[in-house]
Amino acid sequence: MESTEPAPPTREGASADLDGCVELLGKLLPEESLITDRQRVRTYECDGLASYRTVPAAVVLPENAEQVRSAVAACSEHGVPFVARGSGTGLSAGALPRSDGVLIVTSKMRRILELDIANERAVVEPGVVNLDVTKAAAPHGYYFAPDPSSQQVCSVGGNVAENSGGAHCLKYGFTTNHVLAAQVVTADGELVELGGAAHDAPGYDLLGSFIGSEGTLGVVTSITVRLLRSPESVRTLLAGFPSTDEAGAAVSAMIAAGVTPAAVEMMDALSITAAEQAVRCGYPEGAGAVLVVELDGPRPEVERTFTEVWQHCDEHGAFEIRTAADETERALIWKGRKSAFAAVGRISRDYIVQDGVIPRTALPEVLRRIAELSAESGVRVANVFHAGDGNLHPLVLFDGSEPGAAERAEEVSGAILELCVEQGGSITGEHGVGADKVRYMGRMFTAEDLDVMQCVRCAFDPAGLCNPGKVFPTPRLCGEAPGRRRGVHPLTEAGLAEQF
Amino acid sequence: MSTAAEETALNALCGALGDEWVTESSEADRVGARRPKWVVHADGTERASAALRIAAEHGMSVVPRGGGSKLDRGESPERVDLLLDLSAADEVVEHAAGDLVVRAEAGAPLREVQRTVAAAGQQLSVEDPHPAATLGGVIATRSAGPCRHLHGGVRDLIIGITVVCADGTVASSGGKVVKNVAGYDLGKLFTGSYGTLGVVTEAIFRLHPLAEERRWVAVTLPDPRAAAEAARLLRISRAMPTAVELDRPAGRAPITVCAELEGRSGVTRERAAELASSLGEELGQTCEVSGTAPEWWGRLPGEPGTGTGIRMASRPADLAELLEGAGRVEDETGVELQLRGAAGLGVLDGWVPDGSPDESVAALVEGVRARAAALDGYTTVSRAPENVKRLVDVWGPVPSGALALMRRTKDQFDPERRLAPGRFVGGL
Repeated sequence: MESTEPAPPTREGASADLDGCVELLGKLLPEESLITDRQRVRTYECDGLASYRTVPAAVVLPENAEQVRSAVAACSEHGVPFVARGSGTGLSAGALPRSDGVLIVTSKMRRILELDIANERAVVEPGVVNLDVTKAAAPHGYYFAPDPSSQQVCSVGGNVAENSGGAHCLKYGFTTNHVLAAQVVTADGELVELGGAAHDAPGYDLLGSFIGSEGTLGVVTSITVRLLRSPESVRTLLAGFPSTDEAGAAVSAMIAAGVTPAAVEMMDALSITAAEQAVRCGYPEGAGAVLVVELDGPRPEVERTFTEVWQHCDEHGAFEIRTAADETERALIWKGRKSAFAAVGRISRDYIVQDGVIPRTALPEVLRRIAELSAESGVRVANVFHAGDGNLHPLVLFDGSEPGAAERAEEVSGAILELCVEQGGSITGEHGVGADKVRYMGRMFTAEDLDVMQCVRCAFDPAGLCNPGKVFPTPRLCGEAPGRRRGVHPLTEAGLAEQF
Repeated sequence: MSTAAEETALNALCGALGDEWVTESSEADRVGARRPKWVVHADGTERASAALRIAAEHGMSVVPRGGGSKLDRGESPERVDLLLDLSAADEVVEHAAGDLVVRAEAGAPLREVQRTVAAAGQQLSVEDPHPAATLGGVIATRSAGPCRHLHGGVRDLIIGITVVCADGTVASSGGKVVKNVAGYDLGKLFTGSYGTLGVVTEAIFRLHPLAEERRWVAVTLPDPRAAAEAARLLRISRAMPTAVELDRPAGRAPITVCAELEGRSGVTRERAAELASSLGEELGQTCEVSGTAPEWWGRLPGEPGTGTGIRMASRPADLAELLEGAGRVEDETGVELQLRGAAGLGVLDGWVPDGSPDESVAALVEGVRARAAALDGYTTVSRAPENVKRLVDVWGPVPSGALALMRRTKDQFDPERRLAPGRFVGGL
């Protein structure tokens, strides 16, 4: 599907001059850093959510912060929208380009600028691959905690934009909890330092606003990340249960007993079947659900709580419990879980990866309702989720060659999100809103909520040039008082913006 | 405001809120050097919104108050017409123990929140040295105690927030699930904003389980370098301390460095003994293990409500330089500090009793500030007599690029500058 492109609410009187912008970019950047060739720019038409495609007008590949700054300044001067992109692994079309805009790709900015072990931090460029931070820190006994499943390819800049989590964020939090400072280019082409060297410096926490803003507040050019001490001990357990209800009850028991696992992952029967076919992970045969539980920390604490976790699984109906004796066995346990999304390709031609959140305690009810939705529609749904924090990843299966199948799958997928909102949850736990979920924002937030959030947008990007059309269903004219909008937004009226 | 305008405004307030919710102010209601005209009480988001709407209509400036324990923080606002007291909005609305989440109104005392969640063996991992502190005040002033070391600060634990904007608009962000990336994160933005962007009326926090056992490992060393080394060893220890604090009493006394360990019963004491022995070996000193926290633990140095309190910070590995720098400034100014704080994070609180000449105290602040700045750190004044405040910049400089963005943020949220105007950094 070709995306709809709401026009950026540019300053009154200013009109976009794309040709002028590209010409200026040509003067400012080295030749190899600017791509305008139609075939070559097409490479960047989508991110990890390939159902949305737009060919950008131009692509720039800056090599340093100064080049990012001048590229953004050129866009700003000519009123041209721009979108930043890291490795392009996002799953919500957050890095979907604009046909009337410039795509700024940070993949050439891959230097780890500083490894400051004494202060347990590192300074990296935005294109640095997530796992490479850990690889650099590991010899010193440290690691970078956020571990999205795409960590072998995704960039830290992208992690900042999306506030990426990962399986271990249950205990350690998200990217926002692991970034101490960032250098960013704001929409008017200024380099600004957010955060600082010392903890808790006075001032508004603009860094906290920036992280997770999905590229709508600026482009990050360097990131100071926290490094954590590698845990003394890691223990991993795999438990097979007759159904997701028992597995869920075991998780509830752990939480009630005050255990904070590093990760608790659950897979249902259909996703186990898929994983088994794809990677032969050897999960317990006939399981209606499996739990992967990982504990880490000081050895005596881990040993004690590991015994407790084992008992909770046993008491709640686990018919088989395995513990990883070494790193190889641990990797095998994780293999099934980590390959789950891709593995579903083995049992279904096409599928939608959904990302919704519910309060963890609503899990049994929500899974029952998903099963009902699936039965009513005839659309199969495989469930993989972070059971500790209620972040569901239902995989909605369909065969795109079958007429109407994609639409039916979309419907089920949307109904699952509605279910999440109804339960007081969220429409996205880690994949972001991007272009894909803009239409659901109004289900979770009031118009006033969204307007007030956009006050931040107006402070950073009054002209609305920075990744426009993402996150917010309706652009806000900066200067307008929140909640005081009269009548129809002028951009909507002019047919330039779509209101969801 | 003219007398006639004041009367009109007061009538409007009483009309919208009810007479019983509007009172005359007293000396106890001072915000720094300013005494507000009236105190408006709000028992929840709705009444707070009504109050702010009337304030907007009549051009009144507003400062929110919870328990009032930190009303003297920051610069004195340029003007305060209304003190918006949220202590009647004190409900702990929901404690979802199975989801490790608590939702409470801004006026709820932190202690009350802790009491509620402790019944299910949980804690909100935020501490505040003031017994009267409310959740709203904790957010607005970004309170932190020792466990900030492991669990992060308010900004890391807040997952949802409801605020009332300058014009009375009510907005929420986040929600009651921990994992959630939908929309901008207003919770972090409002954390530490000192009432200058809007009024927090409700918040949702993630919780942690209460530890079964706690132990404190302490060592006392005369030399700042040795103390900093002890703090470093504790900070990088795989024992994963919940907190690493230090205390240097008045008179340049020896420094005690102390780490807290938390965990399962029976196991944590073993770990503490191990840590004490390995630390002792490294330092060539005896390290004590205790089942109770030192009496200074989690408290600000000095006598509450008196003297001058400052906060100084640097990178954690520059702790020795920070301590030595403070010592040199003490020598230069003849003013002595008591020091205490997060040795593991590089954030220390200092305190000077009343009695030193104001100019000397101001010189101390400036001296410490210069030395912290040389380490890429900062120094702020947490509390001080008005005479001292007049001589120093309470907040110190903020880098110009970031400050410009902060100004633009303030302009968006409070275009008429009616929310605690001038109380915050850079005159915001």
